[in-house]
Amino acid sequence: MSTEKKITIATSWLDGCSGCHMSFLDIDERLLELAELAEFVYSPLVDAKQLPESVDVGILEGAVSTEDDLHKALLFRKHCQYLISLGDCAVCGNVPAMRNFFPLDAVLDRAYQENVQLNPQRPTLNVPRLLDPVRPLHAVVPVDLFVPGCPPSADAIWYVASELIAGRTPDPSQVTRFGA
Amino acid sequence: MAANRTLTIEPVTRIEGHSRITIQLDSDGRVADAKFHLTQFRGFEKFCEGRPYREMPALTARTCGICPVSHLVASSKACDQLLSVSIPPTAVKLRRIMNLAQLLQSHALSFFHLSSPDLLLGWDSDPAQRNIFGVMRSHPQLAKDGIRLRQVGQVMIETLGGKRIHPAWMVPGGVNEPLTEEKRSSLLKMIPEGMTIARRTYNLFKDLVTKFPDEVQHFGNFPSLFLSLVTPRGGLEHYDGLIRIKDAEGNLVEDMVPPEEYQRLIGEAVESYSYMKFPYYKRHGYPNGMYRVGPLARLNNCDRCGTPFADVALAEFRTLQEARPVASSFHYHYARLVEIIFALETIDRLLRDPKILETRIRARARSNQDEGIGVAEAPRGILIHHYRINPRGLMTWMNLIIATGHNNLAMNRSVQQVAERYVQGNQLQEGMLNRVEAVIRCYDPCLSCASHAVGQMPLHIQLRDATGRIVDELVRR
Repeated sequence: MSTEKKITIATSWLDGCSGCHMSFLDIDERLLELAELAEFVYSPLVDAKQLPESVDVGILEGAVSTEDDLHKALLFRKHCQYLISLGDCAVCGNVPAMRNFFPLDAVLDRAYQENVQLNPQRPTLNVPRLLDPVRPLHAVVPVDLFVPGCPPSADAIWYVASELIAGRTPDPSQVTRFGA
Repeated sequence: MAANRTLTIEPVTRIEGHSRITIQLDSDGRVADAKFHLTQFRGFEKFCEGRPYREMPALTARTCGICPVSHLVASSKACDQLLSVSIPPTAVKLRRIMNLAQLLQSHALSFFHLSSPDLLLGWDSDPAQRNIFGVMRSHPQLAKDGIRLRQVGQVMIETLGGKRIHPAWMVPGGVNEPLTEEKRSSLLKMIPEGMTIARRTYNLFKDLVTKFPDEVQHFGNFPSLFLSLVTPRGGLEHYDGLIRIKDAEGNLVEDMVPPEEYQRLIGEAVESYSYMKFPYYKRHGYPNGMYRVGPLARLNNCDRCGTPFADVALAEFRTLQEARPVASSFHYHYARLVEIIFALETIDRLLRDPKILETRIRARARSNQDEGIGVAEAPRGILIHHYRINPRGLMTWMNLIIATGHNNLAMNRSVQQVAERYVQGNQLQEGMLNRVEAVIRCYDPCLSCASHAVGQMPLHIQLRDATGRIVDELVRR
C-alpha cells in the first residue's frame, strides 16, 4: 500500500441535506476498495480541520447560502486541482434556493419571531451571515464537473470516482440527471 | 497573567451538518463557559408557503439526507390529517417497515462510521487515522459489519421505495405501491445476517463500555427530563403512539398525551448564538424545562421493547443505572445498538404478517381539514410537522420541530461538562478538543435537519487575550 501514489480527495457540504455524502457512502463495500486508491484528506467523515495546500479532487455538495459557504467554496477552488459540483443543490440551487422567492427577512421572521414562544430574536453571534440570494456553486467559483441528481446514485458517484482515478474525464450525463 | 480567552472548534467533524463549538476560558485557563453553535439556516417553514400540501412529503424529505424517511413519515401523517382519512392498515405496516429500516441505517452510520473511531482507536489517537478508513485498517471485520448493516437498512428502503435516499413512495393517504411476494422474501433474507451483526456489535460494545468509566461519568451525565412517544401500553414506539415525559428519578411527569397537543407541552426559545432553536418543557420553564429525546429517552421511557432479543438487551441497559433512568448521554451509543436489534426483530415480524401483501394501501381524498399535525420518532428523537392550508390546498403556515433541536439545551450542557472536565486552557491538547466533539457525537445530531431553522458547525481553536489579540492557536489537521 503506497500512500504516496494515492489520489487525494477533499469533500464538504455547503447548504444541503448531506444526502449526496450519504449516497457516496451507499457505494457500500466498494468503500474498502476506494480506501486503497484514494485518501480523504478533508471531509466531514475525517477529523482534518484544515484543507491541505493542494488536493487532487474537491467535491462540494449543497448551494451557497451563507458567508461560510462562500468562504468554503473559494477555499476549495483555491486548493483543489479539480472541483466537482455534486448534486442538484450545488448544480442549480434546488431546495435551498427556494427561499429566494421570499424576502430574507420574512424567512427569518417565520423561524425566529413567529414560530417562537420565548426570546424571539435573530441569531447573530458566532453564526455566519446569510446570503441573499442563495446561489449554485458555479455562480461563485468555476467548476470542472457537474454531477446532478437528488442525490446522484451511488453507482453514478462510483463511476465518476473510478474514471477520475483511472485518469479519464467522466461524462456524468451517461449515469445521472437533474432530479434523478 | 493570561486574560480571558475563547477556543473555537471548527468544523466539528464526524457529525452531520455545520457547526462550531466555542469554549470561554477564564484568566487561569479554566473553562468558564462552552457553547454549541449551529451555523446553517434553511427556511423550510417559510418557503413551503403557497405550495400544494401534496408536495410536502417529498419536499420536506430534502431537509435531511440521513433521515429523509422520518420526514416522509411525519409529513405524510400531517397530510393524512388534512385528508381526514384513516389510512389502510397495510399502509401503516409498510410505513413502519421503512421507518425502522431507516432507524437501522442511521444508527449504523452513527455508531460505525462516525463514533467507532473514538471508541476503538481512542479519543487521543492520531487524528489522521481516527476515522472510518482508519477503522478499516485496524478493525477490518467491524468496519465491514458497519458497512453491511447500514447497507441492509438502505437496501430495505430501496426495495420498498425504489430509491435509497429521498424515495417518493410515502404519500398522503398511505403509500403508492404495495409489497410483492418477491420483494418480501428478498427483505426477509437480509434479516438473519443483520441480526448476527447487530448482536455481535452489541456484545462487543457491552464489554467496551466498561473501559470508559470516566467518559461515562462526564459525557453529558446530568439529571434531565426525557421525552418520547410510547405505545398506548407503554411499549417502545417509533411510528405512532403518545407522548410520555419522565423526570430524572423516573417519575411520570406527563403520560399518554396525544401528540397533537405538543404545543401544550413544548415551547421554543431562541438564543443569539445559534440558528438552532431551544425547545423546552413549558411547565418547567426555560431553561429548567430541558429534556432529552432520541434512543436514550426512548429506552428510559418505555416499559418494554416487545421483541425477545431487544427486551433482553433493554434489561441489561437498565442495569447501567440503578432504579432510575440512565442519565449519561454516553449511553446513547448503547441505546442505539439496542434499537438496531429491535428494528430488525420488528421488521421481521411485520414482514411475516399475512396482510402485509394486501394491495389496499392508499386512502384517496381531497383535503377536508385546514390543519394537520404529524408526529413520529426519527432516529434522533421525536419529530413534529404541523401544517395549515387554505381551501385550495395550498400551504399557508408550517411549524417543524426537529429531533436534533429538542436536544439543543442538553447538547450545550454536555459540551460545557466535557470541556470543564477535560480541557486545560494552559496546556491544550488535541484529544481534549476531540472529547468535546465526541460528546456531541453521542447525540448523533442531524444539523441539516436542525437548520430548517438552524445553521453550520466547523475545529479551530484560538486563544485571545483581553484585547482580542490571538495569543495561541490550535488547528486540528
